[in-house]
Amino acid sequence: MPLDQDLLARLKRHEVLEALRAGERVDGRDFEEFRPIELRTDVISKANGSALIHLGNTQLVVGVKLEVGTPYPDTPDEGALAVNAELVPLADPTFEPGPPDENAIELSRVVDRGIRESEMIDLKSLCIQEGEHCWVTFVDIHVLDHDGNLFDASLLASVAALHRTRVPRAEVVDDEVEVDETETTPLEVRDFPVSVTLALVDEHLLVDPCLDEEVVMDARVTVTVTEEGRICAVQKGERGSLPEHLLDDAIDLAVKKAEEIRRVVKAQL
Amino acid sequence: MPEEEPERLISEDGLRLDGRKPDEMRPIKIRAGVLKRADGSAYVEVGANRIVAAVYGPRELHPRHKQKPDRAVVRFRYNMAPFSVDERKRPGPDRRSIEISKLSKEALEPAIFTEYYPRTAIDIFVEVLQADAGTRCAGITAASVALADAGIEMRDLVAACAAGKVDGHIVLDPMYYEDGHGEADVPLAMMPKEGEITLLQMDGDMTPEELKKAIRLAKKGCKIIYKEQRRALKRKYGEEE
Repeated sequence: MPLDQDLLARLKRHEVLEALRAGERVDGRDFEEFRPIELRTDVISKANGSALIHLGNTQLVVGVKLEVGTPYPDTPDEGALAVNAELVPLADPTFEPGPPDENAIELSRVVDRGIRESEMIDLKSLCIQEGEHCWVTFVDIHVLDHDGNLFDASLLASVAALHRTRVPRAEVVDDEVEVDETETTPLEVRDFPVSVTLALVDEHLLVDPCLDEEVVMDARVTVTVTEEGRICAVQKGERGSLPEHLLDDAIDLAVKKAEEIRRVVKAQL
Repeated sequence: MPEEEPERLISEDGLRLDGRKPDEMRPIKIRAGVLKRADGSAYVEVGANRIVAAVYGPRELHPRHKQKPDRAVVRFRYNMAPFSVDERKRPGPDRRSIEISKLSKEALEPAIFTEYYPRTAIDIFVEVLQADAGTRCAGITAASVALADAGIEMRDLVAACAAGKVDGHIVLDPMYYEDGHGEADVPLAMMPKEGEITLLQMDGDMTPEELKKAIRLAKKGCKIIYKEQRRALKRKYGEEE
């Protein structure tokens, strides 16, 4: 018998709100405090780049695979980027096997925009032969343990994996691409986008929501910030609304926290 | 749109390619109750966007285990007609439309008294017949009028409008060319009465201050849309302003 998620949410809501009223979060953190982040790179030797992240109890692995493909007709001198997320059933009792659902698609598209819009990858450097051959960068997010805030954990691990990605040597011989996996160069990366997700619970903005908080949150907003402190993506999600007077605060808070988190993560690379 | 690549998107006297001022909307047309079979419907034009929305419900939800004992389940399908864009779009949902459907549902649900309709489904369908940038906003605008037309009890209408950044200027309601060649896009939906934001996205490159300015401008656009939504409903249900 599956747990009634709505019933569970109502019980949790009481617990979370009780704590908030006392000025605390369920897990004892400050409202603006991230959970501890632990990052390990190069965990998958079959991938061209990889990273495993723990964000509190949330755990996921990202693998970057490079494949030779054809450039898009409108960008003949650029490589391509494809981000995908799998919410596999081992990570959460509500995740189901099958093709990506709307939650997985939203997650991967928000991460995609963080990578793409920050222009952290020079897609031109992934062109092998203009109009003919290019590298396609597949970033695959594999969630292992879901304790909230998959958005920030996924982008951190993806960016870390891309920073560790090595591009094999590719040469065009007789219109065919020959790949030498033994000779590699680092992927050219030029930014370090970090997203900060805030949960709105009862007029409070909580940084890096854990699952108990996500189950009861009214709305979620994710702000992705580049190294220069510019915004490259924003996404509001979930069934509630955000009071307009909280928005400016949310943006400022995200910019501040992004810088702090980037420092924490970079030190582990 | 211009045949050749224009050098700049904003002219020296501060006008856009279609002659609009930065804070000016495209022409809007909204009609309530345009379909016979649906419980509620609406038609929206914003610039060259042509969008129809229909609402079915509250109606019985199958399979039954998906019913919620204390509220209605809101479902939303955003769909683009194959002929709505320059290059024919393959029919059926893609990742983009699945994301838009999810966010649009979440943009409208805060306005609906779902608790009045336990165990039911409220189905919202948006068909984009012609796309000219800002389809997700026009779709939400249309869907909200269709919900009211279906007689579903709501806290407020939801109005949606985008702002963008082109040539370093923050502009209201970007059209197709600006959307493709600009630096950033910020779609926003809100319940104007209480000032609650129900949809917010951004992609591109902006400073935090530019983002705040774009949000303010998009909110201004929502208020213009809101007036037109109310006018459309009053036109259908008597009480002309």
